[in-house]
Amino acid sequence: MTDDQIREGVLRVLAGIVPGADLTALRPDLGLRDQLDIDSMDYLNLAIGIHEELQVDIPESAYDQLETLDDFVRYLAERTSGST
Amino acid sequence: MPTLGADMSVGILSSWLKKPGDTVQRGDIIAVVHTDKADVEVETFASGVIERMLVEPGSEVPVGTPLAVIRESGEAEPTAASEQEARLMISPSARELAHELGVDPAEVRGSGPGGRIQRKDVEAAAAARDPARPPPSAPRPAVAPQAPAAAPSADDRGAAMRRAIGAAMSRSKREIPHFYLGHTIDLSRAMSWLTESNVHRSVSERLLHGVLLLKAVALALRVVPELNATWQGDEVVRHDDVNIGVAIALRGGGLVAPAIRHTDELSLDELMHAFRDLVTRARRYSLRSSEISAPTITVTSLGERTVDTVFGVIFPPQVAIVGFGAVVERLWVSDGQVLPCPVVSVSLSADHRVTDGHRASAFLVALDRLLQEPEEL
Repeated sequence: MTDDQIREGVLRVLAGIVPGADLTALRPDLGLRDQLDIDSMDYLNLAIGIHEELQVDIPESAYDQLETLDDFVRYLAERTSGST
Repeated sequence: MPTLGADMSVGILSSWLKKPGDTVQRGDIIAVVHTDKADVEVETFASGVIERMLVEPGSEVPVGTPLAVIRESGEAEPTAASEQEARLMISPSARELAHELGVDPAEVRGSGPGGRIQRKDVEAAAAARDPARPPPSAPRPAVAPQAPAAAPSADDRGAAMRRAIGAAMSRSKREIPHFYLGHTIDLSRAMSWLTESNVHRSVSERLLHGVLLLKAVALALRVVPELNATWQGDEVVRHDDVNIGVAIALRGGGLVAPAIRHTDELSLDELMHAFRDLVTRARRYSLRSSEISAPTITVTSLGERTVDTVFGVIFPPQVAIVGFGAVVERLWVSDGQVLPCPVVSVSLSADHRVTDGHRASAFLVALDRLLQEPEEL
């Protein structure tokens, strides 16, 4: 799975969690929490959605290192490498 | 029209989901009502066959107005007038006056036969709420059919919600003699237990720490039950069911506080499921009437934004609100040692007509004790 495919997958999940947000304006290097006004329930839903979309289980212990879209892409790329 | 919360006296009937002749069971959703805060799915409180609808879609309907006639099993053919008056226990004249004065009939104590609400009861309730409030110049019709409204814009909904919240909070600060207590709780055991528990759960079954707080509040209310109550007329009514209203921030501003029913009886897994479902639907502006009318106390948390402490304003007719700040690491003295510990600041805003600082502090002590034994929640 390429980085672009992962990015699109994460954005699809985010679109379902924050339906009114303009994700085209999302800065990949800035925190999702502040940009999208999301909370811990949204983060949990994001983890669940990524599990369903990309079949990657993000442990709670990894939450602290996942603040930006780039963080998610990087983290998920390491765990989906070789899947395509 | 069921109670739509302290900040809502009317709703617009958007659509019927049932038709005359349909059989319904208590709890079935029969209609959708639009309010400034949500599209509310109205549940029926009776089982039987729908005789007829009394309100057309697009009508603005005051709280307490009958929406439909349901003939219960074995019940004789009803007449519209007797059905309406018996069920509401309020005279048509009093109902009209209540609407005119913006008084929720559900919160008026009737002095007539069998507790029937009369005009004087409504006048007394209005005077007690705001003695200085002048009467309106012209009464509004009880039911005013109108063209179905277009879906509100985000700005319109936001402005309407702010007005509704402002009205409810103004009423609260005007009528309820608040007092406030604060306490800091060591969450070392609770957070360790939560982390360990979540390691063994699938991602979709993980718990948030807020669920532990909700359950602990629910159980602490068994210790100090006078806080699980509503103020009706001029007296407090305690409730056996613990239905915690959860303050949920909406996208772009505003909030709602629908209830998780029987919070104290749910397991943590059940509570997490209910909590997640409620947050999801609230943020889609889709709630059920029982969730809006049921709260017996509210819990609010601003910890997401690293706020240390929140001192809430009580949602009428409730008599208390519990506020949680962020879970933060602080140096904490425990067993003679100074250690970094996760702690949370909790506040209690309570109604001095109902309780006092001594009892309210007992609630916070109980809450603290419960959170020291998370495996028992």
